[in-house]
Amino acid sequence: MAELMDDVIDIIAEKARIDRAKLELTARLDELNIASLDVVEIVFALEERFDIQMPYNANSTQREFETIGDVVRAVEGLVGEPA
Amino acid sequence: MNRVAITGVGVISPIGQSFATFTQNLFNGHCGIGPITTIPTERLLVKIAAEVVGFDPATHFEPRRIGMLDRVAQFALVATREAMARSALPLDGDRAETTACLIGTGVGGLNTLDDSFLKLYGQGAARVHPFTIPRLMVNAAASHITMEFGITGPAYSIASACSSAGHAIGHAFHLVRSGVVRAAVVGGAEACITVGTMKGWEAMRVMAPDTCRPFSKTRTGMVLGEGAAVFVLETLDDARARGAEVLAELAGAGMSSDAKDITAPDVDGGVRAIRAALRDAGLAAEDVDYVNAHGTGTAANDQTETQSLHRALGARARQIPVSSSKSMFGHALGAAGALELAATVAALRSCTVPPTVNYEETDPLCDLDYVPNTARSAPIRAALSNSFAFGGLNAVLAVRAV
Repeated sequence: MAELMDDVIDIIAEKARIDRAKLELTARLDELNIASLDVVEIVFALEERFDIQMPYNANSTQREFETIGDVVRAVEGLVGEPA
Repeated sequence: MNRVAITGVGVISPIGQSFATFTQNLFNGHCGIGPITTIPTERLLVKIAAEVVGFDPATHFEPRRIGMLDRVAQFALVATREAMARSALPLDGDRAETTACLIGTGVGGLNTLDDSFLKLYGQGAARVHPFTIPRLMVNAAASHITMEFGITGPAYSIASACSSAGHAIGHAFHLVRSGVVRAAVVGGAEACITVGTMKGWEAMRVMAPDTCRPFSKTRTGMVLGEGAAVFVLETLDDARARGAEVLAELAGAGMSSDAKDITAPDVDGGVRAIRAALRDAGLAAEDVDYVNAHGTGTAANDQTETQSLHRALGARARQIPVSSSKSMFGHALGAAGALELAATVAALRSCTVPPTVNYEETDPLCDLDYVPNTARSAPIRAALSNSFAFGGLNAVLAVRAV
């Protein structure tokens, strides 16, 4: 799964234009100051890359993922699911 | 400078296909949001919208003419007929060329575009229908109105996404007030509940899965709507001279640009537009008795708009009702500002504040009086209608009782 994790972090780094070294698994998304439209594009890119459907609503007060690690685990879970 | 009267209004909406029905449902808190019926939904994640259910073009147009009219132009024409019938605006002699026609629309004939591209790219068709271009062009609605009524003055469409109608009405108001024209047929129309458009909105992750709950802590986003509202504007002097019923005075229009972000709303931009509208109308914050909010039901808009109202109206913001009619007829994008001006005029005329329906729970970030779920009587002498668009383009209209 290390490859998947690298892919997820690559996508976040590219779309949010953040230095990859800052994207540790414990890094919090709200503290990385990723603009809302960038988050939407990251979710889209992850869905395209892994052929998954990620539940994400920009209006939801309940955060689906809070850290980089949460995003990686969410993708892992969805990739593992039968289509 | 002329004072500007509204002497006609017509509405095609998810909560009524006339101004009278619209007003009745608005005050009853009737929610026009439901499962999508006009397009296939198998490929959609969001399967709800506020549709103009039961709109049958055959009852309004000759079969030959329907072929030339996208749904958005059909809505605009039918709303205009009601507005013109109510106003009885004279268009004889030189009145035709001193009357303007401005229609706000966000995207134009999207049903036509979607159908054509499905056939072309999806089904391998060799050609598309020869009316594809005249049906989909963004000015089609305005042009058909000029042709049906013989309006020969300035006519065009104005596009600023969700503020299109607000800008069109504000601009027409300035044309009449300054004397460039004596009258204007103006409003907004939108009909873009198509599979392509819905997928685009889904991808933005701002759509509510179940319903629209503006300003409620439990809100989960916007719901797409459709429809049209059209007004007849003329100088107050002309209206009085010919004994026309004056529904309200259109008193001011304020416009601003955020110049910041292509989708995120901005407190300062909203404040500038509200203040500009008050200045334009010669109103003080204390004169405002009601605000029909943009109130989309997204987390970002409702909280930002609340802050803009606090900053622009000061202490008055807490003293007056602020409601979102989108909770009932969804977000009709380019038509929204016109439908909401119709709601604002209805409120002014009946001294009744339309509610924000589907409201469940107080959000500490949205701390105004949103008139939850039930309409309310209130003295309304002057009111504002807010439109804040993607692209950071804002338009606020001020109306006053006469």
